[in-house]
Amino acid sequence: MKKALFVLLAVSFLCVFSATTLYAVEKGGAFNWIAPYGSSVSSLDPNASDDEQNELVCINIHRGLYKWDASQNAPKLEIAESVSSSADGLIYTYKLKNNVKFHNGRQLTADDVIYTYNRIMNPENAFGASGLLKVIKGADDVFNGKADTIAGLRKIDDLTLEITMERSVDPAYALFQVNTAIVPREAVEDTTTPFGSNPVGCGPFKFVKWVKGSEIVLEKFDEFYEAGKPYLDTLVYKIMGDSAARDIAFRAKELDANILYSSQYAAYSVDPELSKRLIEVAEMYTRMIAFNRDYTLADGRKPFEDKRVRQAFNHAIDSDLIIKKFQKNKAYPASSFLAPTTPGFDPDLKGYEYNPTLAKKLMEEAGYADGFPLEIVGTESDSYGTGAVEVIIPFLKKIGIMVKPVTLEGAAKYERQKNGNFQAIIGSLPSGPDPIQQLWRFHSSTDRASRNTPAFNNQQFDQYLEAAAAERTDMDKRLDYVKKANALFMEEAPLWFFNYNKAIIAYHPWVHGIQKVGPEMMFQDFTEVWVESSSPRAK
Amino acid sequence: MFAYTVRRLLQFIPTIVAITLIIFLLLNVLPGNAALMAGGKNRLPDDVMEKLKERWGLNKPIHVRYLLYMKDLAQGDLGTSFFAREKVSQMLASRLWPTLKLACTALLIACLLGIPLGFYSALRQGTWVDTVTMVGAVSGVSMPQFWLGLLLMFLFSVQFKLLPTFGYGEGAAVNLILPSLTLGVGYMALLARTTRAAVVEILTQDYVRTARAKGLTKIWVNRKHVFRNTLVLLLTSAGLQFGSLIGETVVVETLFSWPGIGSLLVNSIFYRDTPVTQGCILVIIIGFLVINLVVDLLYGVIDPRIKYQ
Repeated sequence: MKKALFVLLAVSFLCVFSATTLYAVEKGGAFNWIAPYGSSVSSLDPNASDDEQNELVCINIHRGLYKWDASQNAPKLEIAESVSSSADGLIYTYKLKNNVKFHNGRQLTADDVIYTYNRIMNPENAFGASGLLKVIKGADDVFNGKADTIAGLRKIDDLTLEITMERSVDPAYALFQVNTAIVPREAVEDTTTPFGSNPVGCGPFKFVKWVKGSEIVLEKFDEFYEAGKPYLDTLVYKIMGDSAARDIAFRAKELDANILYSSQYAAYSVDPELSKRLIEVAEMYTRMIAFNRDYTLADGRKPFEDKRVRQAFNHAIDSDLIIKKFQKNKAYPASSFLAPTTPGFDPDLKGYEYNPTLAKKLMEEAGYADGFPLEIVGTESDSYGTGAVEVIIPFLKKIGIMVKPVTLEGAAKYERQKNGNFQAIIGSLPSGPDPIQQLWRFHSSTDRASRNTPAFNNQQFDQYLEAAAAERTDMDKRLDYVKKANALFMEEAPLWFFNYNKAIIAYHPWVHGIQKVGPEMMFQDFTEVWVESSSPRAK
Repeated sequence: MFAYTVRRLLQFIPTIVAITLIIFLLLNVLPGNAALMAGGKNRLPDDVMEKLKERWGLNKPIHVRYLLYMKDLAQGDLGTSFFAREKVSQMLASRLWPTLKLACTALLIACLLGIPLGFYSALRQGTWVDTVTMVGAVSGVSMPQFWLGLLLMFLFSVQFKLLPTFGYGEGAAVNLILPSLTLGVGYMALLARTTRAAVVEILTQDYVRTARAKGLTKIWVNRKHVFRNTLVLLLTSAGLQFGSLIGETVVVETLFSWPGIGSLLVNSIFYRDTPVTQGCILVIIIGFLVINLVVDLLYGVIDPRIKYQ
């Protein structure tokens, strides 16, 4: 017995020891990362940043009240140590951490939060982030010029802030976005250096240098509030819009990690070495085709008013085959609107199976046995544009829908999407992280111009969503309503549910800490990323 | 010559006005606008978009916008970037030198290799040297820069580990090699073909025959009579190509993460950041006009028979 116990202890010790050895964090070194969405970064002012390319850099310079916790797949408190809410869910009181400093050395206080939020809502600035803060009472008044400051913000003391909400809503989903990160007034108002080019934040890395169009260099902020972090000394963003060039740079070990596109994924996933270090996640975006119910044929009929036609469209296309052959497995088939990483996703929901016989039968029952012509508008993307439309043409031809792809540039396409000037339109819609917010775009109170692209209108769906939003205490019940709304939406088929993007990061053997970030894989927080001494850029 | 230069400089003004009008119209009559592109994948709410359009002056009629743009331009103000919220002139200033450096190096490579190759090929007309050189030149002209760049990257960075794959590297010469080679190879091939054609033609001229008949050495004839007479043609070709090179840096800069005007232009077109697009195109056009003027002035220096009235 004693012997067995000894062996057990020895094995446990060895396991713990080897695990410790294997995962002992090594500090220092530089990490060459990428900004892959285009050939420029436009601004590092988090509040003014308007797209993912800027935000993926800002995430490591700036911090807000919340941040995305990739390990929990949910927002978590960041510069605040605690939060309490009133019984009616309208008032949130935040206790800020007392060791949060800006990169200029000054401590962050409640005044900075108030200044930043008022800055975001200032109509003169017209910041995109203003849409996020409208959940705060009085924020809209500032945006519309009716007030100078947000009524719902109150400083209790230097480290305590009270936020009153416009309605009962968890602010975490709005305030984890880096666009709402807190900025120091003195740096913003310093006219000698534009804040967007010389940002001062309170995040793990401070800004050092920006060679416009080439690279951005950040270095470890020694007074970061998480003791001992970040582990890296330097973080370099290489601005590389070309995926083939990134691939070569990664293989030449000039990049420590890289995001992969379809053609690269196909090559990497069969490579015995490279395939060992791929991290994949279903991003919270749903690729789809939205049907316009107002689309009228020459004989006056409106095919997409009939649910059976919409369902036939979904049954007619073999999405799995397209994903496998055309998109090289770089996507997950969509079973409904909400993505697998979004809370409320129902794994039991199977979506529309490929069944051309059933699709044909549904078309016949709906009175469209001879089919109809259809223009599908999109950008030139192969993933969610007319490249993908060309692949579905033969499938739809079998049920009589004669598709003509119409390729437009991004802004022109979006204008037609807003105006309802389309018969069907292909694209990628955000489907997380807040399931209620994302499904609300299809609530009957949301019009097409405000993002309800298929102009979906269903009372039962509205009721489920409203019940989910009203449920504040029982999270299971809340998610249950979300699942019901999502299932009903899928059954009504106002969209062709195509796929969820599979975002893939490839990394070298010396890299540790890359995470699956559902809202956008490129939003990697480098606080806990570290490199082994075998890295070419190790200390 | 001074009067001629001033006259040519004054001619720039109507040219620039006409071009700005065309660019402005093309960029502004397209459906959609920059506010629709703001927000990335998560589009902005309508009221925010309206505020942005107001801020950017996109709600004003197009002729009013053009007049305002021309008024600012006359004062040297190229406007403010919609997204970077910085002065376009400042953005261009930081990117002009890398683009010039890249284009000049590419042209240098093209001239240093292309002209001797073309010259030698013409002198060895019909031999295997000529054939190989011209096959190489045709291949060089036909090769897409994008593909050539990737090939060079793979060869010199991944296989031989000699050169950095991409980046500006604080302006180090080693970072300039691959982008300038990529940009220059096509022009080198074009110059080689132009040189060969010019030399072949000049070799049949009477004054070359006379020079040879006088008993001058082959080297002397080629240097004094053949090469000097090809220079005017080469200068025209190289000058025009340099203007095109600045425009064609777009592909190479994007591929190599080179911080020049080309990569800025690509991004601004994608995001409909019209002030930046207009600024980039204007700089490229002015560059083209200036180079043409310089070439015209150099004609007189190279060939004393050319006189400007």
